[in-house]
Amino acid sequence: MARPPITDEELIARYGPHLNEAPPGGWDAGLQIDKVVNTHCCFCGQQCGIKLKVHDNLVVGFEPWYDFPFNEGKLCPKGVKRYLQGGHPDRLLHSMERDETAPGGFRNITWDQALDRVVSEIRRIQAEYGDDAFAMLSGVSLTNEKSYLVGKFARLALHTANLDYNGRYCMVSAGTGNKKALGVDRAPNPWSDIPLADVVWVAGSNVAETFPITTSYIWRARDRGAKLIVQDPRVVPLARTADLFLPVRPGTDSALFGAVLHVLVDRDWLDHDFIDAHTLHFDDAAAAVADMTPAWAAGITGVPAARIEEAAELWGTSATGMMLHARGIEQHTKGVDNVLAAINLGLATGKFGKPGCGVSTITGQGNGQGGREHGHKCDQLPGNRDITNPEHRAAVAKVWHCDESDIPGKGLPAQELIEAIHDGTIKGLLSICFNPAVSAPDVNFTREALDKLEFYAVIDFFLSESGHHADIVMPGSLHEEDEGTSTSGEGRIIKINAAVTPPGEARRDWEILLDIAERLGKSEYFPYTNTEEIFEELCRASTGGTADYTGATWRRIEDEMGLFWPVPEAGHPGTPRLYEGGKFYHPDGKARFHAVPYKLSAEVVDGDYPVLLTTGRVVSQYLSGTQTRRIAALVAQYPEPLCEMHPMLAEPLGIADGDLVTVTSRRGTITLPAHVVNTIRPDTVFIPYHWPGHKAANQLTIRAVDPLSKMPEFKVAAVRVERAGGHVETTDVRDLTLQDGRS
Amino acid sequence: MSRGRFGIDDSPVFVIDQSRCIGCEACVQACAECGTHRGQSLIHLERVDRATSTQTAPMVCMHCEDPTCAQVCPADAIKQTEEGIVQSALKPRCIGCSNCVLACPFGVPKYVADFDQMMKCDMCTDRTSEGLTPMCASVCPSEALWYGTIKEFNDTRSGSLFRDFMFGRQEVRTKVYTVIDDALGGPLDVLAGVTRTWLDDPFGLDHVQATS
Repeated sequence: MARPPITDEELIARYGPHLNEAPPGGWDAGLQIDKVVNTHCCFCGQQCGIKLKVHDNLVVGFEPWYDFPFNEGKLCPKGVKRYLQGGHPDRLLHSMERDETAPGGFRNITWDQALDRVVSEIRRIQAEYGDDAFAMLSGVSLTNEKSYLVGKFARLALHTANLDYNGRYCMVSAGTGNKKALGVDRAPNPWSDIPLADVVWVAGSNVAETFPITTSYIWRARDRGAKLIVQDPRVVPLARTADLFLPVRPGTDSALFGAVLHVLVDRDWLDHDFIDAHTLHFDDAAAAVADMTPAWAAGITGVPAARIEEAAELWGTSATGMMLHARGIEQHTKGVDNVLAAINLGLATGKFGKPGCGVSTITGQGNGQGGREHGHKCDQLPGNRDITNPEHRAAVAKVWHCDESDIPGKGLPAQELIEAIHDGTIKGLLSICFNPAVSAPDVNFTREALDKLEFYAVIDFFLSESGHHADIVMPGSLHEEDEGTSTSGEGRIIKINAAVTPPGEARRDWEILLDIAERLGKSEYFPYTNTEEIFEELCRASTGGTADYTGATWRRIEDEMGLFWPVPEAGHPGTPRLYEGGKFYHPDGKARFHAVPYKLSAEVVDGDYPVLLTTGRVVSQYLSGTQTRRIAALVAQYPEPLCEMHPMLAEPLGIADGDLVTVTSRRGTITLPAHVVNTIRPDTVFIPYHWPGHKAANQLTIRAVDPLSKMPEFKVAAVRVERAGGHVETTDVRDLTLQDGRS
Repeated sequence: MSRGRFGIDDSPVFVIDQSRCIGCEACVQACAECGTHRGQSLIHLERVDRATSTQTAPMVCMHCEDPTCAQVCPADAIKQTEEGIVQSALKPRCIGCSNCVLACPFGVPKYVADFDQMMKCDMCTDRTSEGLTPMCASVCPSEALWYGTIKEFNDTRSGSLFRDFMFGRQEVRTKVYTVIDDALGGPLDVLAGVTRTWLDDPFGLDHVQATS
């Protein structure tokens, strides 16, 4: 029974999000600082270094960590205010059981009661419906140690094939594309390569709001004279000063890349030596773009042909160059195609394996890189191994001291897993760090699915909107309450240090999983007494895989300010830049070009739904907002979703800035204020997705997925936009309260 | 030497390059973490005209050599340190009249009603006096706000440093530097003076109309 026990409004009244306005004791508390802990920000894959100030087992402030080389003290607003999630009034402090009669819809229970109920439901569901009818969903806000543990726990303790993770909605198209073309799933460059590039091409990434620190690297390149190309449907803040802006229509990136490759071939701006020595299938890729002229692409993409030719010239004639891409080209039903088409441009011009050269995804989530390497993807085992490959299975079984046959096979990816819950195939779910009630496409469908679960257990630190559906809630740990490692978007393994211990009856996530495993009679596989032991086993399990951590130790990671994998043996210096000397990770050492024909998005505009919707993020919020919607200063920056639209779209509809508009797709509808700005394509509206319920942009998005990566198409949906009646003022209330006083 | 720490002889300066601002408000959030006015952000971050551009403009106190705010203060409440840092109004003297708020050519002082006092950026005196970078320039992810030596700036960054302004007949020299494309090139262009033809028609609408 996984329906919310009481109304959303009642749940929010009890469990928030409430706004934490000030640190423990208030702004003027002047608390004695007991210790200052070097660790990293929990938000986003940049993983900036930060120092947390601790008083009496509470995080009460921060200090820039100037010596950490990636960010040298720099932070975005989320990083500055991250410490305010500690000591938060919404923090879950007790295990809870769904109880419609209890105030707030849940009653506190003991850990024994919670664990017994969870284990009895796992046993009941698996006995009745089969092992795979109990599934697990995980997330990459978890450390490497926890990600590895979740993978092993699901396979050996739950014995289910159906484990997947929230990176399915984030990085999987990039990962799949990189593996196909280059043989390994990692950003090819350390970020220190960006300033060495003569041209920087940012494709589908609002760097200023989603990876703010990266802007400083791009400016360092520009200070050397580098040219900047930005490809985006919006004039995002970084685009404002770009040398060249490619205003691509959502869903047409592969046509744009194809036309650029067409020009590179046509003008012979190619690195023939590199292509001949280090790649395969160039002719196939070139043949696929033979008809993709800039004029053709201009009609598809909306980018003037002259700008496509200029982009090709900048990219093709520059000695060095880096392309940085993110969800803007990846969250599509052709996300893998888009990534392959981008990589084609790097391979064609020899821009891999050299200083200042690379085509790189910018990993989104906190541990989006490390968390996707060590086995909590449905098709993966540690070391980025393939769960369907007998040799890979045998290698991991040896480390796990189990029979290879004890490891279940490939499971369902996240979106198919939610659909299997909806169709009744999957009956039970354990989730940690995943809030599909906000982050999944078509959230009305997702919430229906969660309602249908016979049993749903959640491990989390705040009660997320998905947690509203839970039968059992187990209070886990915040980032600063446990130690371990994560791997940043550069492929740099870094150390996360605990600043405080979990409050109340909350426990570290890994201890909770170990207790469940013990009660399932599987404790022999989980003999850990601390997370360093989990890391040491992870390293052994990664040996021989592509994501090879063999030579990494916590000590080295801290002493050397991070280590770039692969680190294939003790004493190995790590590998900041991949593919040096043109050596790729396929067995023959060669990269693959791919023929990428242009395909339509799953949904195209028509008379009923004539406008393109694209979704994304704002700088002050992170993912589904479970953490950042509880911090007052971040909420004040951008309090609620707005519908960005161009005056050419708004004016004929009689819509002015601040007017409420209703946006409707074939899945659902949302009413929100219009933000009328001429910095977005006139055929497109943009809505950020961080909010739940009737403010969820994902009420509109489509459940269509990429055939290879299974990434949903968050970036393209067909909608119509209408005046809803009503208007809100868009004044920033912070200015008013300053002049007028709070009281 | 690590960025963020300076010895007495390094003579770091504060630099604003508006063209690099991404409007993220890390400075606003970090300013409120400064030890001397914790909970109250004193930096300004303005959206210039959001309807037409994402241009945002961060503004710390420019710390004028001869500060207008102090000149117009009837209570003699605004003082400069020996290093030329113009401080918030002295609480016992400030009468909350807002003369300084109106007079500052850069719009920096804020009348904070809750304290009935003018408060403004003091260049994080608590930090700079210990050789640390001010909070906003420490965190600024795009280095639009920057703190370092002039040599370091000239060695690593493009643009010219600029600190002389004319407001009508009033000439103002500031301690804080602004970055412009060419110090001899006339009026200050916050878009850094880069020639970008696409800005006239970012979405190629002329092109679409011409071909449809």
